[in-house]
Amino acid sequence: MIKAAIIGLGKMGMSHAAILGGLPEVEMAAMCDTDSLLQNAFKKFTRIQCFTDYKKMIEEVKPDCVYVVTPTKLHYEMVMFAMEHGCHVFCEKPLALTVEEGESLVAKAREKGLVNQVGYHNRYIGTFNEMKRLLAEGVIGRPFHFMGEAYGPVVLKTKGGTWRSDKKNGGGCLEDYAAHVLNLINYVMESDIVDCAGVHMPSIFSGEVEDAVYGSLYMANGLKGQISVNWSDDTVRKMTTSLKIEGAAGKLEADATTLKIYVKEDRPEFGLEKGWNFKYITELTPLVDFNLRGEEYTAESAAFINGILTGRVDTRNSFEKSLQTDRIIQKMKEASL
Amino acid sequence: MDRVILGDNQFFAVNHLSDERSRAQAIRFKEDQAILDVLDNARACGINTFMCTTHDRIANITAYMRKRPEEYKDFKFHPCMPYAHKYANAVTELGILGTLKAYIPGNIFAVTGKAGIAYMRNDYLSLMELLVDAEMKMFQGMQTPVIFLQNVIVDLLYGLGMDEVFVHFAEYIKKKYHAEPGFITMNMPRLVDMCERLGIENPIICSSINKIGFRMSGSIAEYEDYLNSDRKFRPMAMQCLAAGALKPEEAMEYVTRFPKIEAVLFGASSKAHIQQTKDLILRGFAR
Repeated sequence: MIKAAIIGLGKMGMSHAAILGGLPEVEMAAMCDTDSLLQNAFKKFTRIQCFTDYKKMIEEVKPDCVYVVTPTKLHYEMVMFAMEHGCHVFCEKPLALTVEEGESLVAKAREKGLVNQVGYHNRYIGTFNEMKRLLAEGVIGRPFHFMGEAYGPVVLKTKGGTWRSDKKNGGGCLEDYAAHVLNLINYVMESDIVDCAGVHMPSIFSGEVEDAVYGSLYMANGLKGQISVNWSDDTVRKMTTSLKIEGAAGKLEADATTLKIYVKEDRPEFGLEKGWNFKYITELTPLVDFNLRGEEYTAESAAFINGILTGRVDTRNSFEKSLQTDRIIQKMKEASL
Repeated sequence: MDRVILGDNQFFAVNHLSDERSRAQAIRFKEDQAILDVLDNARACGINTFMCTTHDRIANITAYMRKRPEEYKDFKFHPCMPYAHKYANAVTELGILGTLKAYIPGNIFAVTGKAGIAYMRNDYLSLMELLVDAEMKMFQGMQTPVIFLQNVIVDLLYGLGMDEVFVHFAEYIKKKYHAEPGFITMNMPRLVDMCERLGIENPIICSSINKIGFRMSGSIAEYEDYLNSDRKFRPMAMQCLAAGALKPEEAMEYVTRFPKIEAVLFGASSKAHIQQTKDLILRGFAR
């Protein structure tokens, strides 16, 4: 049994706690949050030990792994502390507030030989994985452009008041929303975004942080594309992430439910007919043991836990790979008009 | 329970297969009358139960029906609470405490009144009761023979091991609303086991049941075992069409192989599709 502890019981923390609770190889042993309402609810209704001090929790409970699910500003100190105590760590995205912090975490994880993972769940969604596979196999020929987008109804008023509206804590659309798209582009295109231009990050409702991210992105392999992300969009019911890639021989368009493939000729070796072909998430998602709000959330935790249990680590979301997203985030902050 | 029940995904831009389809539907059902027309078409096909989330627009639908009691006297609702996105967005914007303040009627900071006292005493079960009452307000005067807890909450509570909350929800629904409690879940076998363990007898459990195993966590084989067994639970099948990936004939042929399934929930918006699907379901079970 793997003993797990979670720091931070917001929406994501509770989601991870419930998923871990549903995995048979995991003992969801302890949680840490400063919110007394949650503390009392957990004490009353669950067998999970409750702490308000994460250091005390790690020292007393001695978990095998720790999930860090707090505002980004707190990632560095918590992940470092956990690793220094020999715990494998799953950290929510983005890895840290600065590249320097991220580099220290990568080094420490390597030094201690610990399993390390960041919560970029899109890398576990069937449609994006199939898109990545088809692209690598040359279905649309040589790609010459990509467009990564995400829209959601997160900030629709000027109110603010939570960590997401606070720059110092890692708030803002770039770190919270656009990070997913940047990370997904790196994954699907099998390269890293290394530079940007024409970056425009307007505030729409927020006082202190940006609500949208627009710009051009340049990849290490020479490919260029665009990003368009807006978390003040109430035309969508929930976060909608998508990626389009244009190639010499066709086009690929994917979101979390549907993959559309356009090829200029019949491609029987891929089971594709000339024109538009559709593949749906229904046929692209392997079943998971326990599903809470999406197979990809269970799949990412199952991979993390499996890595600890068997030593066969799925490195797609390692600290090192995730750091590449932090690097371009930093560049975009510096470049923004 | 009626055997054939109409769902609400098509009205509220929910399509688990395709974001594009859901956008098109949002446009089609912009006006409440469009929803009412479909419900009237369903009634004309002999479908008198509507299973819906506690979306704000449902309040408009029930208000319309409340004014026409004779016409809608046989119409039933299966409310499904809470409408997850309403609360998820609220928690993101207001935090958990802010959300409770916004949605629990009464003032949770006042020392008198159920809300204030419950909050002060950390009486979460009473706070839950208040939230249930708030969600049910729009169904006053309507028939609500089964009241469901939504899958995000069900599966969250299951994963966290919050057994007492389940038991209390079931008892409260029976006691206060004289209705059967139902649970929507992505993890049917686990829910059946849990209800048995907690003494929630013969529960109504609504889950995805379809030929391609879409959202049937664990395995299709495990689901089929439970559906073919003598275990005491009342299954309702949803997502039989796998969000549109399956054609109605083959979809319903599969679902109707299991006589244990008491009801089938589906979404459709044209009278022809509603009639066709209903016929397929009833003919399938009659085999």
